[in-house]
Amino acid sequence: MLKKELDEEATKRLKGIAGKWYDQISSATIPYISLPTRTKKNIEYDEKSEVWKYGSRETLRSASSAKGAMHLLKMAHVVGFLKNQIADNRSSTLREMYYISEGWKRAKFSAQDESNMLVEDLEIVTELSREAFHLRPEEDGASVYGSLRIKEQTRRGERIIHCREDVGEAGYPIPSNVDNLEFIDHDAKFVIAMETGGMYARLMENGFDEEYDAILLHLKGQPARSTRRVLKRLNAELGLPVVIFTDGDPWSYRIFASVAYGSIKAAHMSEILATPGAQFIGVQPSDISNYDLPADKLTEGDIAALKAELTDPRFDTEYWRKEINLQLKLGVKSEQQAFASRGLDFVTKEYLPARLSEMGVI
Amino acid sequence: MDLAEELASKQRSISVAEFFEKNKHLLGFDSPTRGIITTIKEAVDNSLDACEEAEILPDIYVGIKKTDKDVFRIIVEDNGPGITPAQVPFVFGKLLYGSRFHQIRQSRGQQGIGISAAVLYAQLTTGIPAVVTSRTGHKNPAYRFELLIKTETNEPEIVKEEEIVWDRMHGTRIEIEFKSSLAAKKRLLDYLRYTSVVNPHARIRADIDGDLHNFERASDEVIIAPKAIAPHPHGIELGLLKRMAALSDKSLKEFLIDGFSRVGDKNADEIIAISGLKQTRKTSGLKIEELKSLLSAMQTVSVPPPPASQCLSPIGEEMIIKGIDKEFELDFVKAKTRKSQVFSGNPFIIEAAIGYGGKLESEGSATLMRFANRVPLLYQQGACAITNAVSQVNWRSYNLSQQGIPTGPVMILVHVASTNVPFTSESKDAVAAIDEIEKEIILVMQDLGRELKNFLSRRDKNKQEEERARAVCSLLPDIAAKVSEIVEKPAPDTAPLEAQIMRKVVAKKQTINGIVEITVSNHTRSPVSVTVYNMSEGSAVDAKPKTDFTDVIGNEYNKLWKADIEPESAWKATYSGTGSGTLDIRGVDEKKLVVVDLDA
Repeated sequence: MLKKELDEEATKRLKGIAGKWYDQISSATIPYISLPTRTKKNIEYDEKSEVWKYGSRETLRSASSAKGAMHLLKMAHVVGFLKNQIADNRSSTLREMYYISEGWKRAKFSAQDESNMLVEDLEIVTELSREAFHLRPEEDGASVYGSLRIKEQTRRGERIIHCREDVGEAGYPIPSNVDNLEFIDHDAKFVIAMETGGMYARLMENGFDEEYDAILLHLKGQPARSTRRVLKRLNAELGLPVVIFTDGDPWSYRIFASVAYGSIKAAHMSEILATPGAQFIGVQPSDISNYDLPADKLTEGDIAALKAELTDPRFDTEYWRKEINLQLKLGVKSEQQAFASRGLDFVTKEYLPARLSEMGVI
Repeated sequence: MDLAEELASKQRSISVAEFFEKNKHLLGFDSPTRGIITTIKEAVDNSLDACEEAEILPDIYVGIKKTDKDVFRIIVEDNGPGITPAQVPFVFGKLLYGSRFHQIRQSRGQQGIGISAAVLYAQLTTGIPAVVTSRTGHKNPAYRFELLIKTETNEPEIVKEEEIVWDRMHGTRIEIEFKSSLAAKKRLLDYLRYTSVVNPHARIRADIDGDLHNFERASDEVIIAPKAIAPHPHGIELGLLKRMAALSDKSLKEFLIDGFSRVGDKNADEIIAISGLKQTRKTSGLKIEELKSLLSAMQTVSVPPPPASQCLSPIGEEMIIKGIDKEFELDFVKAKTRKSQVFSGNPFIIEAAIGYGGKLESEGSATLMRFANRVPLLYQQGACAITNAVSQVNWRSYNLSQQGIPTGPVMILVHVASTNVPFTSESKDAVAAIDEIEKEIILVMQDLGRELKNFLSRRDKNKQEEERARAVCSLLPDIAAKVSEIVEKPAPDTAPLEAQIMRKVVAKKQTINGIVEITVSNHTRSPVSVTVYNMSEGSAVDAKPKTDFTDVIGNEYNKLWKADIEPESAWKATYSGTGSGTLDIRGVDEKKLVVVDLDA
């Protein structure tokens, strides 16, 4: 979609929300808006898009209570603010909007969480991403390294960049708005995304990208939306398989889940954010025992998180049940760099090739 | 002369008048301040009792006039049946003279001491005789007496007696002058107000040294005086039994059946069998030992309780509420009359009421109004079984705070009605601690406590809802303004919406494509019956529903519909027209109504 079209669409949908409230008030109906309930219990697997989306449970936000009325007033202010921002061709971050709300008197936000939730609500209702409202994510996207040529629309003109030849050691930093990116060509067979910078650097240093025709991607922990969208696009537009390489602990599995299945917080955006075909390459709990990796004991928080994952519909597969239960039994976790205990080349020469062929990627 | 003889020479009998002269406090004349209240109380009680017996609606005048430093003239005048001239001197000039002492029934006065004690007190402090005027009917003349009491003999001394012309057809007026003060004026007013609460059929006018007070009647129902009953076998003591037996010329069985309430053939046989006496015995010949075994037999046999409905006259829940309503403006009041109970053979009924809010003090202890046989008890609250029973209730469980009796804007009324109210002393200020009575009071308080709690929680809920509604209504215009700014349209009217949230009836008229639509939505909690008046040029012959009435005024049609609308539902009418004209709704309080003409 062209920027102009997208702006028009976003404006139309924002006005649609206000229009509904206007009609409700005019016909003496207490204004309300209904939103999907945003809890783990209300996410469902969508066969068509192969991602997890919100289910049919809805929460009604109505001005019939003081709290509800206040919420609607704030939402009206946000809608008005975003509509004007699009019209003026300006953009802002969530943080900036939070500060701008200082001038909204009673409608000002009491904490940034509140404005974040509100923007997510608007994404859900309009079925548009926050970028469509000219809201810039604060966090940078992560980095890409490998045989991929891209064209980026920057504020200072078009740039064509090769993600190995034209970049330094850090790779190509993904911009916050990936709608301005275009993939020109590539020479890769798959994408490997890593949780930690250490492993990203290890693969780069060992020339893994060239040896196995891989695009390396650094997730930087829980990946930013732009990072997830790039992964999704690499998978969808270029048809490249995606594998996710993280630490062997419950929090890392959630990183994988948010990439592959979509996150609970952003289930409404799963279709553009999630990469349903992404596969988990490791560290698997079974690897810890098979390779006798150096390990730390699970903390109480880790155990609780693993148990929560057993009730999470996204992890409701035989593979994950087996691995998570095994980990609970072992009572340990390992970092992805733990493979270094078997030598610096072990991970690129032994582990990854073995896993990739097992998974049918190479 | 030895000492015993010397002492004996000084010993002599004392008259009751002499006794009370020395023991004024026993009758409620312990201080000059209290004297006024006691006098008025006795006189008003007598008046009310007399009116009741004659089935007259009481009209009582109470006057207090300062005649000298520390000297007050107290006047109580009623429209009662009057007292025959032969009896006047005794009623007012002899202590312990009365008609009700031997009767077993509920009455205000019993012993016949009160008013004559006031006469005694007057002659003690000022020496001025009491003046009594009485007339028994329009055919009879009125008599005026000036009376004193011969204390040595407890006999009346008529200072002056004369026939006078009195504009009253019947009634009694007493004037007593004694040393006193008006320090307890507030308590006096309390007494009059409380009396008026439990006697809502009475009108009491008071002139307290120029300060006028009127306690209007709230009911025109004449109170029927309760009937005297025979003593109950469980409530009798040996002395009375002995006297009754001596005076009777009947056989034992007849004596039991005729002389006692609720004793029938079967009970009498049972009593006689247990007593071991022959049923043919004449009661007058019974020896003291035989009477003792008869008494114990009477108390062993189970006899139904005395006929309370005959001898007691409770005020009744409705009358209590009427009485409270006329003297106090409360937000809530509930009354309960319990079923009759018995203590030591004496029937009694507990009645009570609880009131909340209004102009009651929000701080401090509750107002506790104690009554015995429709007479307010003003003194010795702490020593009273009523206070004790009220304090024993756990008021906290009814959402009231409590320090002994509850605190806050609460009013509690307790009425003990009995043929024999067990007072702690002759001044009749406090009810004695009788288990049966306290238990009944606790039960009625718990009952009323629950009612009050319901009221309080309902009120709190309403309050919360109102606050919520206010908060929402204060935000709605902001939402409407912002929303209309976004859609670039004029701000919509939020009035109907606010009315709906504030729980009102919203009437709307709107015309779309030549169809006039009138809707009336009932957002209140109760059904409403409205009349809709719509004046316009449209004749509305096609109205749905049809108009109940259409009137032509000039070139306009006044259309009228009647509609009953349940809560949370709406009535609608449509007809083709232009929507001009006016819309008017009747039948709903304006505070609960919002009319919105969207065509205007």
